[in-house]
Amino acid sequence: MLRYLIPLVLFLVLAVFLAIGLTRDPHELKSVLINKPGPAFRLPQLKAADKMISNEDMRGKVWLLNVWASWCVACREEHPWLIKYAESEVVPIYGLNYKDRREDALAWLNELGDPYTVSAVDLDGRVAIDYGVYGAPETYVIDQSGMIRLKHVGPITPDVWSKEILPVVQELNRQGTSK
Amino acid sequence: MTRLRFFAILLICMLASVAMAQVQEEEVPSDDPVIEARLANLSKELRCLQCQNQTLADSPAGLAADLRREIRAQMKAGKSDQEIIAFLTQRYGDFILYKPRVTYTTYLLWFGPFILLLSGLYVLFRYIKQRRDLIPEKPLSADEHRRAEELLASASGKEAT
Repeated sequence: MLRYLIPLVLFLVLAVFLAIGLTRDPHELKSVLINKPGPAFRLPQLKAADKMISNEDMRGKVWLLNVWASWCVACREEHPWLIKYAESEVVPIYGLNYKDRREDALAWLNELGDPYTVSAVDLDGRVAIDYGVYGAPETYVIDQSGMIRLKHVGPITPDVWSKEILPVVQELNRQGTSK
Repeated sequence: MTRLRFFAILLICMLASVAMAQVQEEEVPSDDPVIEARLANLSKELRCLQCQNQTLADSPAGLAADLRREIRAQMKAGKSDQEIIAFLTQRYGDFILYKPRVTYTTYLLWFGPFILLLSGLYVLFRYIKQRRDLIPEKPLSADEHRRAEELLASASGKEAT
């Protein structure tokens, strides 16, 4: 009896592990920067090339950093949602325009609307390396003290917004005001 | 029909690649052969995160080129390989390493095969031992053989009477 049972149990254990493995997206990597200070940057603004924007400018508020580019297909997918969420004024969305031509990026915002308070231009992708960006779009939730609290890789959908991003933003805002 | 569809898809892909070009700085190899050799060596052990089954050395992805440029710059600035690996893992995590580190989360990965090998050997050993116990220790000596024969003979003799 046992000699038939042991291989069966081993098989079941293996099958369970593989089944769990199948449900996981290998492209979704846990960021090592969670609960660490967001890397510093100082970059030219997209709409006003002579002005700079730094992460220090956002200190004291909860904000989103959304990595986007006009060449990024999935960014187009999330764009209408970003516009909607920007209009709700729950949290300001700052853009990191990643390895994009300025004229392409501006044309994209003109055509599809601009959800960003400000977009920073990361032409050579150096700041993106500091943030561990490996595929646009990516979205970071950064708290009042400049700490990264959440990272979402891939387009923001209503599901992602209401289940992942919004709860974290609301919790951070609540903590911020109670202090 | 299928051929037509194939060409349509091909055309879309070609158009898409024109429309969605990212800004990519041209990759300039270092003029220092030592740096290029070190880069070739190091980037073989690093994973490209955009196309996860390729190393940083092989990958044509934009991010891989950016990271190679960053590694060259850091080597030029005198950083050691260890410092560069630390720089990358601080940003991208251990996943960027093709050879996983030995930490408590990877013990099973590193030592699991040896545990399997040992338990396999144990099962094999026990099985062989069990089989051996079934076989008589040694053949009968000539004396024992004669005695057995006598016993058999007397038993069959008894039966006959």
